[in-house]
Amino acid sequence: MNALTPDAIRATILDALCAIAPETDPATLAADKPLRDQVDLDSMDFLNVIVRLHEVFGIDIPESDYGQLGTLDAAVDYFARRSAAR
Amino acid sequence: MHEFRMPALGADMDAGTLVEWMVKPGDAIKRGQVVAVVETQKGAIEVEIWEEGIVDSLAVETGRKVPVGEVLALLRAPGEPAGAAPARPAPAVPPPAASAAAPAAPPVQAAPAAVPQAGRTRISPSARKLAEELGIAIDSVMPAEPGGVVSRTDVERAAAAAKAAPAPAARSGISAAAGSGISAATSAATSATTSATTSVAADWHAQMRKAIAAAMSRSKREIPHYYLASEIDVTAVTDWLVGENLKRSVAQRLLPAVPFMKAVALALREVPELNGLWTADGFQPSPAIHLGMAIAMRGGGLVAPAIHDADRLDLDAMMAALRDLVTRVRGGRLRSSEMSDPTVTLTSLGDQGVDGVFAVIYPPQVAIVGLGKVVERPRAVGGAIVARKVVTATLAADHRVSDGHRGALFLAALGRLLNEPEKLR
Repeated sequence: MNALTPDAIRATILDALCAIAPETDPATLAADKPLRDQVDLDSMDFLNVIVRLHEVFGIDIPESDYGQLGTLDAAVDYFARRSAAR
Repeated sequence: MHEFRMPALGADMDAGTLVEWMVKPGDAIKRGQVVAVVETQKGAIEVEIWEEGIVDSLAVETGRKVPVGEVLALLRAPGEPAGAAPARPAPAVPPPAASAAAPAAPPVQAAPAAVPQAGRTRISPSARKLAEELGIAIDSVMPAEPGGVVSRTDVERAAAAAKAAPAPAARSGISAAAGSGISAATSAATSATTSATTSVAADWHAQMRKAIAAAMSRSKREIPHYYLASEIDVTAVTDWLVGENLKRSVAQRLLPAVPFMKAVALALREVPELNGLWTADGFQPSPAIHLGMAIAMRGGGLVAPAIHDADRLDLDAMMAALRDLVTRVRGGRLRSSEMSDPTVTLTSLGDQGVDGVFAVIYPPQVAIVGLGKVVERPRAVGGAIVARKVVTATLAADHRVSDGHRGALFLAALGRLLNEPEKLR
């Protein structure tokens, strides 16, 4: 698979967030601020978002990388880097 | 003839509105089958039946608020002749709105009750909230996919449609199935309760706060709580979990809550006076450990449904049960047995960053266990100061049933079990 574009990655992440936390409003989400401050995600929700992204991107996401997924921008960078590396 | 009655749905709920029948007269039913959906202050609940037999007649139509204990349906044993039913039980007190409006309603209106309308009222809490704000009756909203969960988009679409076509017809009448056992006379209440159902939906959050207020006030009024806290070293179990999850694919990973739940369930075996129900005859210990999990609902409020026989589940089964329960709390339906069966509750507020939680017992249970956030703390181990991962575990228990000494044994057992994670499997 080719490297994913940042826009496609961003859209996929927002889709996953909206599916798990339906009250999420992509329009008001600050991409550089911690997701957990803006979206009410507990550890089960967060894991379910990770599972969804794993299914869509086909990228394994080790627990030790969770720290790189704190903001929308950081998460987009992470998946862009990981998809480019394969 | 067996009378199937509205089950108790927890200490804080004394009635529920029947929104859907999943069976009709003549259907053969099995133990554990979901036969109806009831709307409560804590969302839609699937009501299970614990008898085998054949549905003889349905005694309550959709749209009615039914008190706990009222007959919902009559069931005959396989082989028992049909129509041998005793006189239909007198209808319980209908909602005031219905009785006031009933005389004005058309005398003969067919009841839609006997026709199952599968998968119509599943709605996400946020969509429900939007429906309230827009004044849209939940019943009137169809999900995008048949049998799916109603989303915010569906509600918006329904709102737009309602604007375009004002005064939509109330539930359209469908001819009552022969032998449904529902007389046309009582069905007059249906149209009146449609508006009652709408108003219930409109102040759903207020209703849920009321339900929580009632149960928690009763708890604080009746239960002499005592509280214990213990800082437990969880380095062993968290390290073990990191190693375990490294071996697993994303979808197979375990949350830290899972070994904690298992350890709580096993520790309860050692101190049985924390697991059971307080009744008119005093404490009834429960041989089974049905762990109520306090789960926050999106948009506010909480519910604490049971994971049945939690002490017997291995960690994968526990994870699957927790995931299923959280998913259904947030977007689906809980089952009546999950609402009525918890013998003890676990509340975990670590995700929200609190160190410890001193919880209020959910009556008629007699104990609630609290877990805070896992944090690194300096601890003295073998004469040296080292960084260890710790969690504050708390117990609130009913002093009528147990004493602090026994409660302390529970927290000690919990600490010991969490220190041997390989034995939690």
